[in-house]
Amino acid sequence: MQALALRQLTKVYKNGIKALKGIDLEVAEGDFFALLGPNGAGKTTVIGIVTSLVNKTSGAVEVFGHDMDRELETAKSCIGVVPQEVNFNMFEPVFTIVVNQAGFYGIPRTLAKQRAEKYLKQLQLWERRNSIARSLSGGMKRRLMIARALMHEPRLLILDEPTAGVDIEIRRSMWEFLRELNEQGTTIILTTHYLEEAENLCRNVAIIEGGRIIERDSMVNVLRKLQTEIFVLNLGGSLAAAPELPGFRATLADNHTLEVEVSKGQNLNEIFARLSAQGIEVNSMRNKVNRLEELFIRLVDVSARAAVAET
Amino acid sequence: MANASMAPASRARAEWVGFSTIIIREFNRIVRIWGQTIVPPVVTATLYFVIFGSLIGKRVGQVDGYEYMQFIAPGLIMMTVITNSYGNVVSSFFGAKFGKHLEELLVSPLPNWLILSGYVAGGMLRGLLVGFVVSLVAFFFTRLHVAHPVAIVSAVLLTSVVFALGGFINALFAKNFDHISWFPTFVLAPLTYLGGVFYSINMLPPWAHVAAHANPILYMVSAFRYGFLGTTDVDLKLAYGIMIGAVTTMFALAVTLLNRGTGIRD
Repeated sequence: MQALALRQLTKVYKNGIKALKGIDLEVAEGDFFALLGPNGAGKTTVIGIVTSLVNKTSGAVEVFGHDMDRELETAKSCIGVVPQEVNFNMFEPVFTIVVNQAGFYGIPRTLAKQRAEKYLKQLQLWERRNSIARSLSGGMKRRLMIARALMHEPRLLILDEPTAGVDIEIRRSMWEFLRELNEQGTTIILTTHYLEEAENLCRNVAIIEGGRIIERDSMVNVLRKLQTEIFVLNLGGSLAAAPELPGFRATLADNHTLEVEVSKGQNLNEIFARLSAQGIEVNSMRNKVNRLEELFIRLVDVSARAAVAET
Repeated sequence: MANASMAPASRARAEWVGFSTIIIREFNRIVRIWGQTIVPPVVTATLYFVIFGSLIGKRVGQVDGYEYMQFIAPGLIMMTVITNSYGNVVSSFFGAKFGKHLEELLVSPLPNWLILSGYVAGGMLRGLLVGFVVSLVAFFFTRLHVAHPVAIVSAVLLTSVVFALGGFINALFAKNFDHISWFPTFVLAPLTYLGGVFYSINMLPPWAHVAAHANPILYMVSAFRYGFLGTTDVDLKLAYGIMIGAVTTMFALAVTLLNRGTGIRD
């Protein structure tokens, strides 16, 4: 069963901007799916159409087999959404916001209050349940939107940059929460600018650019397409020039930091052996950027160049 | 969850929960900002009673056989109901649109006609609540005789629905706060003041009768006043026809606009 199926989805805004140019996309039930793309690529338009906040120009959307043109209310009842921008009433208390949202989905007040307690506790907001939403910190507001989206226990949860502006500690706890939610059976679609987040959480990925899907595969396969990686080595001593490493491209970032580009099939042991032979100690090592980010930049760059060539 | 795959009874129950949630939210809003929603219209109505009824009214004498205060009291109550039913929906719905929390409702499975009904019920709630308080104030100034209670209840309910719907349609089209104040200032207020609140149309010169009869608020005020005084200067069948026609037409228009996404969806 497909949790979400988009068929030839297009959107032309009133100002003539073609935000989506015939998107075909399927997300399987139970998946943890990343929808990535640069700003203005069409991610939020896709989410807007799926959550019925934006009218599509043409095409079809199905949620768990329910066509949104024919079974709109059934399809909507399957979806929970955490939008990019804060969209609750800033003057209402936290508890009221989540209980009311449950009410809009037809959940009786007694049950809604039980669920509010459950999700506000899970998202560490229970102590602030009587606070006016306006008084919450940025991270708390994000978590409140997640709690609100879960009140009707949706089968498909869509998160549009849920961790934007959230500190790393809270971000990690949110990842853990989302991972558990997915393990319990909720299909999750995530858009994010933190590609490390997508790489850590998601099993499948689609990259959207200029209103088109330019890549759609499993995260493993997508990362496999990456031919090279840059490793940053923190050196024990100081170097005046990059050491000789035949077969590798090595550059000095500063006197104590060496960057080495490693191609697919090359062995890291070889680097260490050669450095060791030259008396160079390595204290620690890390990736320069995360692998998905590197691939993302390349794909988007290729797509942008192709679009320029078309015009 | 309200959806098409549910049994009709479960679906109706879920929709009732959604509808009542909107009303509860609207009621809480009215109470939370009581200094904006309840007190000002009561103070305004009280001033009208003092100035037009008590001070100037004594010099006016009788209108259609009634003391001036008795004559204007139903009109002032109705004027309060009209402005508050309209004002509640226009400000609440536009506020939700402007603050983006309308999206909470738009992503939910509640059908559009039910979202509309919830907001209209919220507008009626405030209109009738403030109208009731103004009625209590009126007792301090005059004796309110009830001639036809059914006429009072039906006229006030229908009028309240009409103007709550008007507020909703205004809020749908509004793009900024100016747009929600133009209609009440330049259309609603003149029609209300010229709708027979303060005078009988029998006091107008013959040429003004035609213009007065083109004003729908005249029929609403007159039907309501008939409930108190037992006399009217308009055809009651026509008055109810106008009110029911306006409710039906405006409800259909508002649902159509919502379905199209006018003013709320890109």
